[in-house]
Amino acid sequence: MSDPESSIVQFANVGLRYGTDREVLSDISFTLYPGSFYFLTGASGAGKTSMLKLLYLAQRPSRGIISMFGEDVITLPRNCLPGVRRRIGVVFQDFRLVPHLSTFDNVALPLRISGMSEERLQKPVADMLEWVGLDHRSEARPETLSGGEQQRAAIARAVIARPEILVADEPTGNVDPEMAVKLLRLFEALNRLGTTVVVATHDVHLLRKVPDSLIMRLDKGKLSDPTGALRYPPKRDLPKRDLPSRDVPQRELPRK
Amino acid sequence: MSTPSPIRRGAPRFGDSARLLQQARIAGPMPWVIAIMIALTVMAAAAGLALNNIAGSARDEIAGGITVQIVEGAPIERDRQAERAVSYFSNREDVASVRRVPDEELSALLAPWLGDVGAAEDDGVPIPALVDVRLSGPVTAQRLRNMRDELLAQAPAARIDAQASWLGPVFDAVRSLQFLAIGLIALLALTSAAAVWLAARSALGSNRETIEVIHHLGGTDGQIAGIFQRSIAWDAALGGAAGLLLGLAAVFMLGQQFAGLGSGLVAGGGLGPLDWLAIAAIPVIGIVLAVITARLTVIAALRRMI
Repeated sequence: MSDPESSIVQFANVGLRYGTDREVLSDISFTLYPGSFYFLTGASGAGKTSMLKLLYLAQRPSRGIISMFGEDVITLPRNCLPGVRRRIGVVFQDFRLVPHLSTFDNVALPLRISGMSEERLQKPVADMLEWVGLDHRSEARPETLSGGEQQRAAIARAVIARPEILVADEPTGNVDPEMAVKLLRLFEALNRLGTTVVVATHDVHLLRKVPDSLIMRLDKGKLSDPTGALRYPPKRDLPKRDLPSRDVPQRELPRK
Repeated sequence: MSTPSPIRRGAPRFGDSARLLQQARIAGPMPWVIAIMIALTVMAAAAGLALNNIAGSARDEIAGGITVQIVEGAPIERDRQAERAVSYFSNREDVASVRRVPDEELSALLAPWLGDVGAAEDDGVPIPALVDVRLSGPVTAQRLRNMRDELLAQAPAARIDAQASWLGPVFDAVRSLQFLAIGLIALLALTSAAAVWLAARSALGSNRETIEVIHHLGGTDGQIAGIFQRSIAWDAALGGAAGLLLGLAAVFMLGQQFAGLGSGLVAGGGLGPLDWLAIAAIPVIGIVLAVITARLTVIAALRRMI
């Protein structure tokens, strides 16, 4: 694997199979760098969701090595994995908002998991809801939110704890084109603050909306590299930004 | 058993992990199942403790007691041998007390079965003389054999028996009942644990998606298990309190019934302060058992996730 010092994620010869079926991912090797914006593309069934599951530690690979934040997460003791997961924000394809919790409580979930006091979390959550335009729906239950609102609540939940990596699975799949662009702007704003963003999408038109993005393409479980995203040294200079402090006050976040 | 979600909004918050997801206690059958289990356990424990007390007090009462019967048809010879027996025991240092049971007392004891004993004896039914002896220390077989040998030399019609031997079968029966009570308590504990296990698994199944989300957001097994533990602890506390009250009511009513019997044996079965303390501890033990079972069940299920 190349340059483990500066990378945030490294996959080396990773393969994944479910049960005794054939591999859905084969020989996947790549390196993700801090502060970059990646699109993961491919046709339906190409293995995008499986790869994202590996990225947010919902699945163990059948073979290969995965290193995140300098740790080999395959051999990492199970009780250390929650600490790694807290550094990763996930936007699920189906949002997975907790149905019995309000929008506020859903967004506050990662902060509560990390043990933040109720007093301290009130303002960041309120600011985040304002940022994604859901401040007026903070007490609403997920079933009363529109698809776009649910999407934004899911994104707010994914980024509220200021993760170092944001993984989003088809985040624009259920929204209209205008909302899709808005959501991408949110991801870009986060990326400008130093978060590494990985967005899985099969919508090729979306790729052009983020000019600085790098593209990884999956085809039948194999990874290709049309923009040199996986090459080291990278094809072009990566953005030079400082990683955000976990204590960055929420008022410094860009407004919608 | 259908188990409503333990993960609901609007319930009290306890500790750090409770803030992950607000919860309400599990409604539905769980508190009632626990209440019935605790009530049955309280009754079984009270019965076991009462039997233990009955056996203990009877044992104390007859420890060191022996009965000497002079089975002699001729009244004069019977009296003579009885006097010799009283004299023999009075002269021994290991005898705490010796008393010849008066003929009137004997007649009164036998009257329910033989009618007027004086008249019966006149008709040729001999009534043995009885000597009640209390030894200092327990009656061992060797001790009894030595005394029998010595006494027969002076009173050939004497028959000597340890009082404890008469009640041996009763003690055996009491001991069997005690084992039965212990077995019942163990079975009830197992059944309660199984009910909690089923409830926890059912709750895990119905909340699987939410648990996965918490897991992916970095929630620890301990935090997730904590939600279920508190839920089940609250149920067990409610069920335990209700079960204790039900059980105590039943024990009190049964106690009144037995007290009405007026039997000397049953009178020794009253429950002491330590017994009541043990009974009061049953719901607490039930809560601990339920919480441990819920935790182990949830942790075991979570271990299957990476």
